[in-house]
Amino acid sequence: MIQCKTSKAIGGMGHSMKRKEDARFIQGKGHYVDDIKLEGMLYMDIVRSPYAYAKIKNIDISEAMKVPGVAAVVTGKDLEKYNLHWMPTLMSDTQMVLPTDTVMYQSQEVAAVIATSRYAARDGREAVKVEYEPMKPLMDPYKAMDPSSPVLRTDKKDKKDNHIWHWEVGDKNKTEEVFKNAEVVVEQDMYIPRIHVASIETCGCVADYDKINNHLTMYMTTQAPHAIRTVIALVAGHVGLTEEKIRVVSPDIGGGFGGKVPVYPGYVIAIAVSFLVGKPVKWIEDRSENLQADSFARDYHIKVEMAGTKAGKIQATRFKVLADHGYTDAAANPSKFPTGMFSIGTGSYDYDTTFMEADAVYTNKPPGGVAYRCSFRVTEAVHAIERITDRFALELGRDPADLRFQNFIKKEDFPWKSPTGWSYDSGDYHAGLKKAMEAIDYEGLRKEQIQKRAEGKLMGIGISTFTEIVGAGPSKDFDILGIKMFDSAEIRVHPTGKAIARFGTKSQGQGHETTYAQIVAEVLGIPAENIQVEEGDTDTAPYGLGTYASRSTPTAGAAAAVAAKKLVDKARKIAAHLLEVSEDDLEWEPGKFWVKGAPEKSKSIQEIVFAAYTNFPQGLEAGFEATHYYDPPNLTFPSGAYICVVDIDKETGHITVRRFVAIDDCGHIINPMIVQGQVHGGLTQGIAPAMYEELIYDEEGNMLNGTFMDYLVPTAVESPSWETGHTVTPSPHHPIGAKGVGESPTVGAPPAIANAIVDALSPYGIKHLDIPITPFKVWKALKEKGVI
Amino acid sequence: MKINVTVNGTAHEADIEPRTLLVHFIRENLNLTGTHIGCDTSHCGACTILLDGQSVKSCTILAVQANDKTIQTIEGMAANGLHPLQEGFHENHGLHCGYCTPGMIMRASELLANNPNPTEDEIRWGISGNLCRCTGYNNIVKSIQYASAKMRGETPASTEPQFV
Ligand code: FES
Ligand code: FES
Repeated sequence: MIQCKTSKAIGGMGHSMKRKEDARFIQGKGHYVDDIKLEGMLYMDIVRSPYAYAKIKNIDISEAMKVPGVAAVVTGKDLEKYNLHWMPTLMSDTQMVLPTDTVMYQSQEVAAVIATSRYAARDGREAVKVEYEPMKPLMDPYKAMDPSSPVLRTDKKDKKDNHIWHWEVGDKNKTEEVFKNAEVVVEQDMYIPRIHVASIETCGCVADYDKINNHLTMYMTTQAPHAIRTVIALVAGHVGLTEEKIRVVSPDIGGGFGGKVPVYPGYVIAIAVSFLVGKPVKWIEDRSENLQADSFARDYHIKVEMAGTKAGKIQATRFKVLADHGYTDAAANPSKFPTGMFSIGTGSYDYDTTFMEADAVYTNKPPGGVAYRCSFRVTEAVHAIERITDRFALELGRDPADLRFQNFIKKEDFPWKSPTGWSYDSGDYHAGLKKAMEAIDYEGLRKEQIQKRAEGKLMGIGISTFTEIVGAGPSKDFDILGIKMFDSAEIRVHPTGKAIARFGTKSQGQGHETTYAQIVAEVLGIPAENIQVEEGDTDTAPYGLGTYASRSTPTAGAAAAVAAKKLVDKARKIAAHLLEVSEDDLEWEPGKFWVKGAPEKSKSIQEIVFAAYTNFPQGLEAGFEATHYYDPPNLTFPSGAYICVVDIDKETGHITVRRFVAIDDCGHIINPMIVQGQVHGGLTQGIAPAMYEELIYDEEGNMLNGTFMDYLVPTAVESPSWETGHTVTPSPHHPIGAKGVGESPTVGAPPAIANAIVDALSPYGIKHLDIPITPFKVWKALKEKGVI
Repeated sequence: MKINVTVNGTAHEADIEPRTLLVHFIRENLNLTGTHIGCDTSHCGACTILLDGQSVKSCTILAVQANDKTIQTIEGMAANGLHPLQEGFHENHGLHCGYCTPGMIMRASELLANNPNPTEDEIRWGISGNLCRCTGYNNIVKSIQYASAKMRGETPASTEPQFV
């Protein structure tokens, strides 16, 4: 169990403190964007394109304007007058807010109807008549790459093809050399399909422009309020709305998972309309709009190869990726890394040769690849390396656990330089896998499997041992639109010793109000109960880059610890003054200073804080507050060892996940209950793409499963009972040794499940299946092999 | 059109458009925003309330269908302190973003009314009309088990996380 330095009453790190934020949620007092009601507020609904690619010949709004309650209908041509019909994407591409002549994907925003009620706005939407001239869409990214294909982005003057960018890392020649001479080479094509974050709360906003004061308050579902304020200022600056006049408020957010990082056209239209009509405008998308038009995730076509010796030593890997970015490159990535952290793709294994290359391409699909609960493409990378490692083991007839032990980076080799240039901070991969194998009784399961196979039954055991790369990021490597990716904390302690702490991040359910309070409590010794945490209001919180890519604890958590340490330094000065000794004669433990050798002569943090306002030493600034902007020296590298056991029904292909053990290493744990909760949630979002979820399009660009009726989000029935545990290798460079955990399970689970299913089917010569592995896919594969 | 409903014990009379969905009536006319909307196909359960004691998805029926009936929402779950289900969700970390939580609690309350001592499997099937994207359901199941024990007068199991 975790050792705690502070008492339960203080509630510092290691305590499973119950969440401070729960009270409002369980009593129906959460405050989400759709709960906001302002005087005179108008409602907006959006007309969307039924076609994936079409010319807009005419938009007739006359009938819509007759609908009772409709106040205005806005089209691209209207916005064009103010130059608001285009906006920048997070990847410095451009995106239409409303098109003036051509629609580029199905469900694209075409016009907006503003009315006095939600229902009137919907009536108005139905009454807008748009005349289209449909064109043949480009849906296949390989076809889109073909030089003979029509160029989609005709708005870009010199664009002669659909290619967006090429990226490569590693040593091409050396890799080729190793592959040429290798004893064993395995290769696999795989597709990581387009999926959706599908947080239960959809996206939306209330834009409230105050004409008299030229001030915009934007309530919105955003994971990154400050960054969004800057983007809004970039768009709205040319109509005179500048950054100091914009306040972004992100209230309670009903799940984000990366999908609430981008700027969507709906937000910009709402702002534009509020600006033009001078009234608050609410826009809340419905589920179909959310699934059909908001940013997708993944959509990576990957060819991965591994070279090694017959004795099982991995020597090199090679990755070739084609990324389908849809109509515009709105992917959420640090701008220096077009494929984000795909360069983690060499995994947990000790070898020094790799070459990775990727191309991105425009198609007629919705834009904006988000890193759905993963650190910028780590999920794709981990899937590729963990699947190919299993393929390698299968080729050699080796146990996949055994092969991993042979190739793991050793504990003593950290910090470890990866062949793609990253420096892994710490880890003990052997300990993690050993613990997982013991917890699940790996030996026993392998014996059972032999028996089951003899009876013709299908049982599989799958392992994934992954390295995550989170905490974006060091300013030398990371920025979004040029803004460096630090994060911030500001702590103010009031005279009575109670504190308020504000952050540049924004929880979407991760429990920041509790976790951050525990970090401050750990350092200062003020009870976590008495530390009020606030986020999501750009008028009060210090500038920060927001919550995604598991960066909150590694960056803002670190900022909190450093800011609190600054306060301990100040407290020392005041304590010395109060106790009339020199600072060097004082000892500190969270919560009090005392005189060395005379513990009865002490001052509690509360007494010290009171003195900071009432009796501070001459020359010292009054008050007790500190701010820190934390720029991490390196990323953090959590890791995990996951083992999954599946049973498959031969006749139907039905897969049962019988057991799943997840051992995570996220360094020092702040709140075990919250960490475990994050792992549970992430695992269910891992089983989802492994077995159920995929956004499917037909050749005409129609989305075939754009509602919850057919986009299969796992329920409590599909989700197994997860078993969790941990090992601890603290990050050596993080102020409290924490690493971040929220995304590890989403990253680690899919390959464990895929490996288990393929393991079950391997006696019949099946070596790979693409996720999501549905019963039909299994049944079809067995049928093709003549097994059934 | 006029309707009469008793909401969380208080009688209301309202004049509404006949097509008004019950969920919009609750959220916008009554300002009870604890009932949420997560989909447009009756699949997520975020909008679940009790109508004459039965859990229903309030996005699926019209407000006029609630005429002369009683409605209970999350705001009416406990007059003083917390309902055992609310307590269970807090104690067992049965929520992250809290968006699905009111619907889960309302659904679970009918589940326990019909089956005071459900098995894990019965709980999982019982809430299978309610989606949660955050928690992975383990702790929701534990939260409901906690409430079930408490409502039967037993001491609920430990709420400490079980780590190997
Ligand atoms: S909003 Fe009612 S079921 Fe989803
Ligand atoms: S707690 Fe977020 S959807 Fe359930």
